[in-house]
Amino acid sequence: MLYSEAGQFSSSYASDARLFRLRQEAVEVIVVVAVAFGVVPFVGDDYWFTAILVPFLILSLAGIGLNLLMGYAGQLSVGTAAFMATGAYTAYNVQVRLPGVPLLVSFALGGLAAAVLGAIAGVPSGRIKGFYLVVCTLALQFFVEWVFTRFRFFSKDNASGLVSVPPLVVLGHDFTTPRGRYLLTLVVVSVLTWVAMNIAKSELGRRFMAVRDMDTAAAVIGIPVLRTKLLAFAISSFYCGVAGALWGFVYLGTFDPRAWDLSRSFQVLFIVILGGMGSIFGNFLGAAFMLLLPILMSHVASSLLAGMVDQGSLENYKKIVFGVLIIFFLIKEPLGLAKIWRSLRERASVWPLRHW
Amino acid sequence: MAYAFETLVSGLLAGVMYSMVAIGFVLIYKASGVFNFAQGAMVLFSALTFVSLTERGVPFVYALALTAAAMIVVAILIERFVLRRLVNRSPITLFMATLGLSYILEGVAQAFWGADVHGLELGINDIPVSVLGIQLSRFDLFASTTAAVLVVLLSLFASKTRLGLSLRAVADDPVAALSLGVRLPKIWRVVWTLAGLVGLIAGLLWGARSGVQFSLTLVVLKAMPVLIVGGFDSIGGAIVGGLIVGASEKLAEVYIGPFVGGGIENWFPYALAVGFLLLRPAGLFGDHAIERV
Repeated sequence: MLYSEAGQFSSSYASDARLFRLRQEAVEVIVVVAVAFGVVPFVGDDYWFTAILVPFLILSLAGIGLNLLMGYAGQLSVGTAAFMATGAYTAYNVQVRLPGVPLLVSFALGGLAAAVLGAIAGVPSGRIKGFYLVVCTLALQFFVEWVFTRFRFFSKDNASGLVSVPPLVVLGHDFTTPRGRYLLTLVVVSVLTWVAMNIAKSELGRRFMAVRDMDTAAAVIGIPVLRTKLLAFAISSFYCGVAGALWGFVYLGTFDPRAWDLSRSFQVLFIVILGGMGSIFGNFLGAAFMLLLPILMSHVASSLLAGMVDQGSLENYKKIVFGVLIIFFLIKEPLGLAKIWRSLRERASVWPLRHW
Repeated sequence: MAYAFETLVSGLLAGVMYSMVAIGFVLIYKASGVFNFAQGAMVLFSALTFVSLTERGVPFVYALALTAAAMIVVAILIERFVLRRLVNRSPITLFMATLGLSYILEGVAQAFWGADVHGLELGINDIPVSVLGIQLSRFDLFASTTAAVLVVLLSLFASKTRLGLSLRAVADDPVAALSLGVRLPKIWRVVWTLAGLVGLIAGLLWGARSGVQFSLTLVVLKAMPVLIVGGFDSIGGAIVGGLIVGASEKLAEVYIGPFVGGGIENWFPYALAVGFLLLRPAGLFGDHAIERV
């Protein structure tokens, strides 16, 4: 009903490997980007910009980073927050110690620092697999948290690692207003998402998937397994590092290492699993779900159960509902929200018929 | 030197406490391949239930029995509503499900019993006793004795009973066990119950040591390096791993900590575990997987 794929054939390998195989897919993306840039900045209010849209975009970016590693290259990690913290603290130190470095360059440097750390953290993956690897990344998580709390060098001599970022000025424009924060985040996230989609479609992405599906088999067909894994760790950590820099600079403004504790890692992990492993678009669905669900539950609780439950027990009920929903989703749709979205579209495209 | 020895011994005894949590993990991992992150929540759930019952005037033995019954019910519910519906899914999916499970267990436990910190008195005076000239904590000795008894009971159960035999069969090869008529769902219920009971004992010991409160769930993070060092699928490994981690953690805190500003107990066991992993990728006693294309 929505559109027909009829007549759009790929007649060469290159055209089959294009980013958007269907004309309509390209149009959809253009419309979404146009709305995000052209409409949302004018209709949104400060609450939406600062409390929902900015964290949504940043968490989606972190989700893309983890998804490249987990969903595409098949390497489990619960150290996402460690890479995010590395990105944020590197960007902060570049900003305060090297005056004159542009803000976006310091974000990129934060990403690079995280990428280096990620490549180091990826070294054990040559020998260690599965849940043993999870524990390695967990080690990194605690180590990085400790380093940024303990060594005052990173926070310019603050006892608990607390820092405040300088104003967000890019090319002479001040992006400190809520709308500016949104636009700054949107630009960075859009560009990196586009790159990630290309990585996923490229030969590198195929190599990731070969390693994910079975690394021994990948080695047999001539893929350099360790190098591919390290590259996956580095690219993934770069994304997480930039997401961390954005989280610290654009969303929080003032941060300490606790902003990236283990629960942040789990949050990103949930985004990837619920959104859909091996789907770039799914991260946005997952991030929206993870961010909006608690807000929705608070609203429902305050309107339906006004005065009946206190704040403490409300937190417990939220926890229970959240846990139940996660298990429900895992049971009902293992491929995540991205798969649900795809099924709905397929249904819509043949509607009112049931099958094509 | 005497001080170093004392540190070593107290570290070993603390390590036993980690092993108690790790054993719950190993039981479940062996029998169902599930990396059970909810073990910490189970520890909290059982300890909180027990302590709340005793605070309401239920005698010790009855409270223990009631809590054990609750853990059995929890195990049955988990098998019925989670494990059974996730059969044949990837290990990471099951891991995520146990993350969700830990949220539920934490939420239920605290919604039911409140989030206050409870003291727990097991009737052991924690006075130092002198053994062979070194000062030891009486409570630590009690804890390690309990752990030893527990391990003996578990291995007797595994080697002498019919149920234990089928448990080992499933751990060895689930498909072969299934084709010989072993009922997997039943085995799952049994191991989750066992893990719950081990969690209860761990919860009582940890709770008596540091109060029954939310931070009990964090013992799961202490158990991870233990599992790595010992291997995910070996109970003996969990004990040895616990001893190694406990001892090296204490020694590192005393002898390395001052040079780097202290506070290293959070990550040092992990660094140690990663070092072990690089030498032996499946832990000291873990099974090596043979890969075929």
